[in-house]
Amino acid sequence: MTARIGVVTFPGSLDDRDTQRAIRLAGAEPVALWHKDKDLKQVDAVVLCGGFSYGDYLRAGAIARFSPVMGSLIEQAKAGLPVLGICNGFQILTEAHLLPGAMLGNDHLHFICRDQKLRVENAETSWTGDYRQGQEIHIPLKNMDGRYVADEYTLDKLEAEGRVVFRYLDFNPNGSLRDIAGITNEAGNVVGLMPHPEHAVEPLIGTGRTDGLPFFTSILKKLVNA
Amino acid sequence: MSRTPLDTVEHAAATPDVELPWAELGLKKDEYERVVEILGRRPTGAELAMYSVMWSEHCSYKSSKVHLRQFGEKAPQSDALLVGIGENAGVVDVGQGYAVTFKVESHNHPSYVEPYQGAATGVGGIVRDIIAMGARPVAVVDPLRFGAADHPDTKRVLPGVVAGIGGYGNCLGLPNIGGEVVFDACYQGNPLVNAGAIGVMRHEDIHLAKASGAGNKVILYGARTGGDGIGGASILASETFDDAKPSKRPAVQVGDPFQEKLLIECTLEAFREKLVVGIQDLGAAGLSCATSELASNGSGGMRVTLDDVPLRDSTLSPEEILMSESQERMCAVVEPEKVDRFLEICEKWDVIATVIGEVTDGDRLEIFWHGEKIVDVNPRTVAHEGPVYERPYARPEWQDALQADDANKLPRPETPDELKDQVRRLVASPNQASKKWITSQYDHFVQGNTVLAQPEDSGMIRVDEQTGLGVAIATDGNGRYAKLDPYAGAQLALAEAYRNVATTGAKPLAVSDCLNFGSPEDPAVMWQFAEAVRGLADGCQQLGTPVTGGNVSLYNQTGEAAIHPTPVVAVLGVIDDVARRTPVAFQEEGQLLYLLGDTREEFGGSAWSQVIHDHLGGLPPQVDLERERLLAEILISASRDGMIDSAHDLSDGGLVQAVVESALLGGKGARLVVPDGLDAFTFLFSESAGRAVVAVPRSEELRFNDMCGARGLPATRIGVVDGDAVEVQGEFSLTLAELREAHEGTIPALLA
Repeated sequence: MTARIGVVTFPGSLDDRDTQRAIRLAGAEPVALWHKDKDLKQVDAVVLCGGFSYGDYLRAGAIARFSPVMGSLIEQAKAGLPVLGICNGFQILTEAHLLPGAMLGNDHLHFICRDQKLRVENAETSWTGDYRQGQEIHIPLKNMDGRYVADEYTLDKLEAEGRVVFRYLDFNPNGSLRDIAGITNEAGNVVGLMPHPEHAVEPLIGTGRTDGLPFFTSILKKLVNA
Repeated sequence: MSRTPLDTVEHAAATPDVELPWAELGLKKDEYERVVEILGRRPTGAELAMYSVMWSEHCSYKSSKVHLRQFGEKAPQSDALLVGIGENAGVVDVGQGYAVTFKVESHNHPSYVEPYQGAATGVGGIVRDIIAMGARPVAVVDPLRFGAADHPDTKRVLPGVVAGIGGYGNCLGLPNIGGEVVFDACYQGNPLVNAGAIGVMRHEDIHLAKASGAGNKVILYGARTGGDGIGGASILASETFDDAKPSKRPAVQVGDPFQEKLLIECTLEAFREKLVVGIQDLGAAGLSCATSELASNGSGGMRVTLDDVPLRDSTLSPEEILMSESQERMCAVVEPEKVDRFLEICEKWDVIATVIGEVTDGDRLEIFWHGEKIVDVNPRTVAHEGPVYERPYARPEWQDALQADDANKLPRPETPDELKDQVRRLVASPNQASKKWITSQYDHFVQGNTVLAQPEDSGMIRVDEQTGLGVAIATDGNGRYAKLDPYAGAQLALAEAYRNVATTGAKPLAVSDCLNFGSPEDPAVMWQFAEAVRGLADGCQQLGTPVTGGNVSLYNQTGEAAIHPTPVVAVLGVIDDVARRTPVAFQEEGQLLYLLGDTREEFGGSAWSQVIHDHLGGLPPQVDLERERLLAEILISASRDGMIDSAHDLSDGGLVQAVVESALLGGKGARLVVPDGLDAFTFLFSESAGRAVVAVPRSEELRFNDMCGARGLPATRIGVVDGDAVEVQGEFSLTLAELREAHEGTIPALLA
């Protein structure tokens, strides 16, 4: 058997088809979800992909968070549905308070697109089981508002509970506090990160690395073995 | 305030003596008289608005048309061409049932006035041209030219342009895979912001801009119409800048990429359900252009109710609505029974859509406002029968002196230390330096099909996941060469783009161009234009790559000073399997470096003459298109058969520039030996055309040499991939760290 993984398309979503491809390459079945539709179609997990939902107007992710699909998603995520938020998806997850903190504009004020080195700080979430703790990987990064911020208490708590999942290595591309690239919730089923694992799943495409594929194989294994 | 009575067709006929502001709208006296002659009466205000924008240089190509005809007359026989010049963009067959549409356009003038919005809406416009053909846009490229890199105004214009391109393209989800950034004082005050886009579709999905079938509905959809960009084409893009006139900022449109992204998805969904008979995007000249072109291309006429156009500003006059260049709008012709479904799809994507008219039996374009007829014209006279000028042209008297000022006689480096110093200065010069600071502001990865992106020789996109079919695109144009000899300069631009496509392993198929020149009212500029077009048309004929469409941008001059003639040429190629692509970066130590082609003492217009001597004179490199074709065939065969692991074309900066780039990208150095018969200086800096440097695995050397020998392409072994320096034996060595600092430090230091 395989797993059915939903990918939500908001107006302005850009990486929905790429994410569906990554899910397919990992061996799972991608299911398209529509922002106006409350129905999650009984998927086993959901990816909120990158893009500029609602043009990033008001604040990145701020409007998407109120769309009909998010009502169902927030409820089910709290009940344990695995959710991965990539870039704009991460921004939506913080706006929806499924993950703590917030994203500000990059400290250098430019859009940045680069092959980013990361360290896997937590290989035990639903989405990172196929990595090794401490593994160094390269994943493309591309964003305008990627500077992760939270108050000191929250940051200390995240660190203490092992909820920092990825950290930027060698170069902090946006001024994120404590070099944080991705985090998880207390239960480990909701993960958000700024870099784009769906762009690193085929040896010929993009940077030519496949360091992002384990995200999708991790969740598949977890769901199939569950 | 009392409003003047509506200028209806009836009113115009009854009041022949009313003076209209034709001069303010950019029409010449004889052009206005021609309008009166066509109509048999004075035009209404609305008609005048339409004629003035549609007969502008930007929309009508009135100065360039007589020359552009050569692209059709000299077009080579090509089975690949599915749709040629005249549509929104050309369409090329790339095999396996796929068709590719691509085009390059200019947004030069607006980008100088308001860099961010000017550049952003340039991307928006070209992308709508691609959608209008029925294709999903898959990539963009941006050939850019700015004033001197250290000029204060460049620091205003460049970051705005780059942020605008990124801000719009990134938000559309289109990978930016190529283009160039060139600095030259001649572009001060007249930066060139050209934007290219590629789209992919199945053959059966090709759509055309025509309104046919009486009773079919005309639907305007996308953004509401506002007061922005009124007269953008006629006033801004068709005149020389002049300090004395008021600011033209209001003529620059404002873009909303989010709206455009919705427009793309909604249009593609309507195409998938086969709901669209004809389609046209609203770009320059807005609704005037869309309605007159759709009607002119179709079999019947069209009736439009202007009151139904959704407005952002309810006080707009009918003339303004017709001229507005508000972005993110499109016009579709839909059969009556399919209108409901079309509107449903628009609603799904939150796109405003309104039926504004219908196709009629006659041959008139009639537009109504408040129930009264304000336009009654034959659409052909608006869209296709504008004025055509045979502008006088003459070879400028300074051309001889310029060509006699031979760059080959400039002082050359005399010692290894001087040579080393000049190499370092060359690779650090703004034009030769890494443009990573700029390209890292563009998304290269989105859509997950990017095989190659800048700084590779051409951008490459996978078209089919199963078979690996892909397309490549390169844009090039060296204004310095074209200034020395516009005919040769245009062919060198073509040759370089053609070579760049082949270097990555793709077979060149077709050409689009963006011809950037000064004022056509200057006979010297007109001569440059005529020569460049003739050169490009002849070159395309010889290489068998038809011109599928493009754009002319004139009036790129401030006062008397025109830009260098800058024909930017885009070549599109196809590759059967992207797994066979050849990158620029050195892959493995020990591989053998071969120089393909002949190296002559050719320094006219070279990067070396500019960087070291601030000189422009002499003749550009010789053009040999048969050699270019042979080189391309060798590069493609070698890539397909796995005989080379990296390749880089040689162009501005010569061999040393190419080797340094391949070394830095691969993180591997090179040891070079000056071949017999050449001196070190010529070997390193000459810009002879028709050359490339390739890295050959030792196991393939024999086979590769045999192939070059059998087909008569000179191939000279010049060294080996090795170490962490670029060393020229007996001359000098520069470590990769030194080179990286020189090559990558310049642009951030100037602009960050």
